[in-house]
Amino acid sequence: MAEKYLMKGNEALAEAAIRAGIDGYFGYPITPQSEVLEYFSKWLPRKGIAYVQAESEVSAINMVYGAGACGKRVMTSTSSPGFSLMQEGVSYIACAQIPCVLVNVQRGGPGLGTIQPSQGDYFQAVKGGGHGDYRLIVLTPNSVQEQADMVYKAFDLSEKYLNPVLILSDGALGQMMETVEFKEDYVRPEFDDSWATTGKMTNRGMNTITSLYIKPEDMEKKNFELQAKYKIIEENEVDYELCHMDDAEIGYIAYGLSSRIVKKAVDIAREQGIKVGLIRPKTVWPFPKDVIKKYSEQVKAYLSIEMSVGQMIEDVKLAIDCKIPVEHYGKTGGIVLSTEEIIEKTKDMLNKY
Amino acid sequence: MEIKGYIEVDIQKCKGCQLCATVCPKAVIGYSDKTNDKGYYYAIMVNEDCIGCGNCAIVCPDSVITAYRAAKK
Amino acid sequence: MAETITKNGQEFDVVWKKPNLQKNDMHYCPGCAHGTLEKLLQEVIDEKGIQHQIIGVSPVGCAVFAYDYMNCDMQEAAHGRACALATGIKRVMPEHAVFTIQGDGDLASIGLAETLHACNRGESIIILFYNNAIYGMTGGQMAPTTLPGQITSSSPDGRDPKLSGMPLKVANIVKEFDGTCYVTRQAANNAVNARKLKKAIEKAVDNSLNNRGTSFIELVGNCPSGWKLTPVESYKWWEENMLKYYPLGDLKTEGGIK
Ligand SMILES: Cc1ncc(C[n+]2csc(CCOP(=O)(O)OP(=O)(O)O)c2C)c(N)n1
Ligand code: SF4
Ligand code: SF4
Repeated sequence: MAEKYLMKGNEALAEAAIRAGIDGYFGYPITPQSEVLEYFSKWLPRKGIAYVQAESEVSAINMVYGAGACGKRVMTSTSSPGFSLMQEGVSYIACAQIPCVLVNVQRGGPGLGTIQPSQGDYFQAVKGGGHGDYRLIVLTPNSVQEQADMVYKAFDLSEKYLNPVLILSDGALGQMMETVEFKEDYVRPEFDDSWATTGKMTNRGMNTITSLYIKPEDMEKKNFELQAKYKIIEENEVDYELCHMDDAEIGYIAYGLSSRIVKKAVDIAREQGIKVGLIRPKTVWPFPKDVIKKYSEQVKAYLSIEMSVGQMIEDVKLAIDCKIPVEHYGKTGGIVLSTEEIIEKTKDMLNKY
Repeated sequence: MEIKGYIEVDIQKCKGCQLCATVCPKAVIGYSDKTNDKGYYYAIMVNEDCIGCGNCAIVCPDSVITAYRAAKK
Repeated sequence: MAETITKNGQEFDVVWKKPNLQKNDMHYCPGCAHGTLEKLLQEVIDEKGIQHQIIGVSPVGCAVFAYDYMNCDMQEAAHGRACALATGIKRVMPEHAVFTIQGDGDLASIGLAETLHACNRGESIIILFYNNAIYGMTGGQMAPTTLPGQITSSSPDGRDPKLSGMPLKVANIVKEFDGTCYVTRQAANNAVNARKLKKAIEKAVDNSLNNRGTSFIELVGNCPSGWKLTPVESYKWWEENMLKYYPLGDLKTEGGIK
C-alpha cells in the first residue's frame, strides 16, 4: 500500500509533478493557485530542477515554450486572470506542438472578479482561448486524489500527442485538504524527442520550432495536420464517469467540483425515489459526446450543472443535436451549488417533460 | 604578373547595396551594367589594385564575397 | 584562416569566405546589417565548433526567419518574448549557449519586461539586439529607439519627445543590473566595426557557455527601407545620426551574479 498524505489539492498537484519527473516549472503567484508555485519553490531548487518565478504569466508561459521545445517535462500553473494573460503563448505552443502541462485553478470572473472558486473559464479552456484553430486536451479532476493522478496523465498525454494539456481545476479543489496516495508504479512512457531543439548534432538536420507558416498553403496544411491529430484524440482520449445512469429519467451533467455536489444531490434524490443519474466528464475536451447522446435515448431531459451562468450546456446541446430538452443550473461568484435547489429544479423538469 | 589579392563575387546573391565599395581602401569595386537574376547591379572588380584586405567580404550582409590575399613567401 | 589555394600558379590565403550558413538567400533588404549579424554569429559558431551546443531564438521582426539562415537549432518566439524562451531553454539546457536576435520593437517595446527581467536574473544568454531605430518589418513605424525628430510612418512630422518621450537606451539600463556580465554597443557599417562586432559575439558566446551572466550586444544597425533611403544614403545616416546618438563601445565587461 502506498503511503497516505493529507494535503491541499494544490500541493498534491505539485508533488505529483515532481514524482512524474518534472524538468522545469515556471509560474507567477495568484490566489487561489499560489501553493503550487510555493511548493515547487521549496522543492525544485533543492533537487536541482529548473524553477523560475517569472515576471508575469506572459513570461511564464513563454519559458514553458522554450523549455518544452527542448523536449523537457515542463509545466506552469495559474488562476483565471493569469490564464487569460497566457493565451498568446498557449496558441503559439499549440501550433508549434510543444508538450507541456498547464493548470488553471479557476476563480470567479470576469475581470479581477473574486478569489472564490468558479468554473467560468470553460469556454476559454475548450473553445480555444487564444487565437486560431487549436485545441487543448482538458482534464477535470474532482478530488485532491485526482488532482494528483491527472498530473501523470497530463504529462503522458502531452508527450503522446505533442499537445499542451490543461488541468482545469478550481479554487475549492486547490485549497481543500484530503488524503492522497501517489502512484508507486509509475513509469514514464517512452518519449521520442528527436524533433526538439537540443543542439544540432551531425547525424541530424536542424530542428526548428516555429508557429510561423507564411505561405497560405503551408498554413492550411499545418491546420489540417492539427485537425487530424485532434480527431485521433477525440477518438481515443474521452474520459468520463457514470453514476446511476442505468434507469435515470433526468441526467445530470457536471464536471470538477460541481460533480461532487451533484453526486450528493443524486443520492438525496434517489432516497426520495426520484430517478436521476450523473454523467461526469473527466475530459471536457475531448467532450464525452457519444455517451451523452446514448443516454439521450433514455432520459427525459438533461440538466447541465456548472459554477457558471451556463457554458458547458452548449456542448451538451450540440452532443444531442438538441433532440431532448437541456436546462442549466449554476451559481457564480464563488457561491456554492445547493443540492436542495438541484432537486427542486429536477422536480420541475419531471413535471414539465 | 603577381597580384596582391582578389575577390570572387557570388553574382546571383549580390543585392547591389554597395557597402563593399564604400569600405574598399583601393576603390577596386564597381558595378555591372547588366543586372543579375534578382535585378540588382552586382559588384565587380574594376581594377587590379586589390590588396586582399577582406574589408568588403566581412561587411557584405549577404556573404557574397570571398576574399583572397597573396600568401607570404 | 590557414586555408590556401592556388590560382594561375600563385598561392593565396583565403581571407574571408562565407560561413556555414544554410543555403537560403537572406530576405533582408539590400544593405541591411541584419545579415551581417547572422553571418558573423555563424562564423563564431563554426570557428568554435559548437553547432551542437548552441540554441537560438528568433523574434518577430525582420529577423523572424533567422532560423532559415542560421545553421543550428532554433525556436521562433512570439513578439517580444524571446528572452522568456531563452530563459526556459537555458534553465533546462545549462550546458548550451543560448542566444536571441531581437529588433528594437521586439526587445525595447513589447518585450521590455521580458528583456529586463532576464538581464536582472542574470540568465546566461546572449541577447543580440538589432537597434535600427524603427519598426522595419511592419513598414517603418516609430520605435522606442527612434531618434528625436526622426521621420517615420507613424511620426510623419518627426518624433516629438513631448508626445513620445526620448529614445530608450536599453544598453544603459541593463548595464546597471548585477545580472549582466557584458554590455556593449557595436555597429557593422565598416570593416573595423564588423570585426569588433565579431569579437564581441565571441566573448558573449564564451560567457553563455560558461554561465557567467547575461551578455547584451546592441548592434546599432540600419534600415534603408524603413528610413526611406537608398542603401548608400543609409550608411551615411547611420554614421551621422545613429552612431552619434548611440555611441559605440563596451558599457560593461564584468559582472554577473556570483
Ligand atoms: C503581438 C503582436 N503585435 C504586433 C505584431 C506586428 N509586428 C510584427 S514585427 C513588428 C515590429 C518589428 O520591429 P522591430 O522589432 O524593431 O524589428 P525590425 O523589423 O526593425 O528588425 C510588429 C509591431 C505582432 N506580430 N505581434
Ligand atoms: S556588399 Fe555584398 S551584396 Fe552589397 S554590393 Fe557588395 S557584394 Fe553585393
Ligand atoms: S526592413 Fe529594414 S530592418 Fe528589415 S530587412 Fe529591410 S532594411 Fe533590414
